[in-house]
Amino acid sequence: MRRLYADLHLCPNLNDPKHVSALISKASKLGYRQIAIPLPPNCTDQEIRQIQKLCAEARMDFASRIDLKPRTPNELLSHLRRIRRKIEIVSVLCDSKNVSRQAAKDRRVDLLNFPPTDFRNRFFDMAEAELASNSVATLEIDMKLLLTLEGPTRARLLSVLRKEAGIAEDFHLPIVLSSGASNEILLRKPVETAALASLFDLSKESALEAVSKNPVAIVKRNREKLSPQFVAPGIRVVRKGKDC
Amino acid sequence: MDAVWGAVGKLYGEYGASKSGLTMIDYDAGQGFAVIRASLVAIDMVRAALASMTRIGNKPIAVHVVSVSGTIKALYEKIKR
Repeated sequence: MRRLYADLHLCPNLNDPKHVSALISKASKLGYRQIAIPLPPNCTDQEIRQIQKLCAEARMDFASRIDLKPRTPNELLSHLRRIRRKIEIVSVLCDSKNVSRQAAKDRRVDLLNFPPTDFRNRFFDMAEAELASNSVATLEIDMKLLLTLEGPTRARLLSVLRKEAGIAEDFHLPIVLSSGASNEILLRKPVETAALASLFDLSKESALEAVSKNPVAIVKRNREKLSPQFVAPGIRVVRKGKDC
Repeated sequence: MDAVWGAVGKLYGEYGASKSGLTMIDYDAGQGFAVIRASLVAIDMVRAALASMTRIGNKPIAVHVVSVSGTIKALYEKIKR
């Protein structure tokens, strides 16, 4: 069966419809069939419908996403209460240990993101992985910096990513590889993204799952939860009426 | 081709680059299309190095692998299809 490839982190300039359209059609040409674009908290339904329309024209499936950058665990909880029922993918940028731990154990968080170049504030360790493996959170790795950084900084980033990918695999924590691309030049084919993941020792099979099965599963699970028929995991309303 | 060698060298060093067996077979500047021969054992290495290229000189670029094949004849047939 053919894999369905997804990129859950495209970052176009939402104020420029041409740029959004160009990035979406490039992603489609490269073989992606599902994308997610981080939306600002004040994004209107009309703007979302506009992006959905652009994606439909490019034969792409669009998933709404929000990137949270809370400073405290309480702030994270309050954000989650407000937006979880409205948005399909919730990503948290964990730049403090308290926030990282809260995000890892909260079942409403889908993606754990860590500050890319602030190596001292990357709190993805074994404790974090264990907490995340007991919830549904997934480690997200943006490939943009692997392309833009050079020299010792890239070597250091690779070393950190190698360690984190190893921990994630040890704890059976799924990894999602996203582009994080804000322009077309930084977009790569899914297979190329998987090849880049070999730089931090992710096996070919795991890397391909990280651009196909893992992101697709997150969107599928959340759409099921957001559907009006959903009651609890494994329980949904099949039929309503007097004869039930 | 210097840019490709440079990208492999940057990521894997001279030792890694020496294993890649890179050779330019064909290049069409107009279409921005090249055929590159690489050693089978280094194919993932070359793929990653090509994906890591973001500029040649000052010009921003992106390199995408269209197809990979065991022989050049089969490669051209694949591309034609």
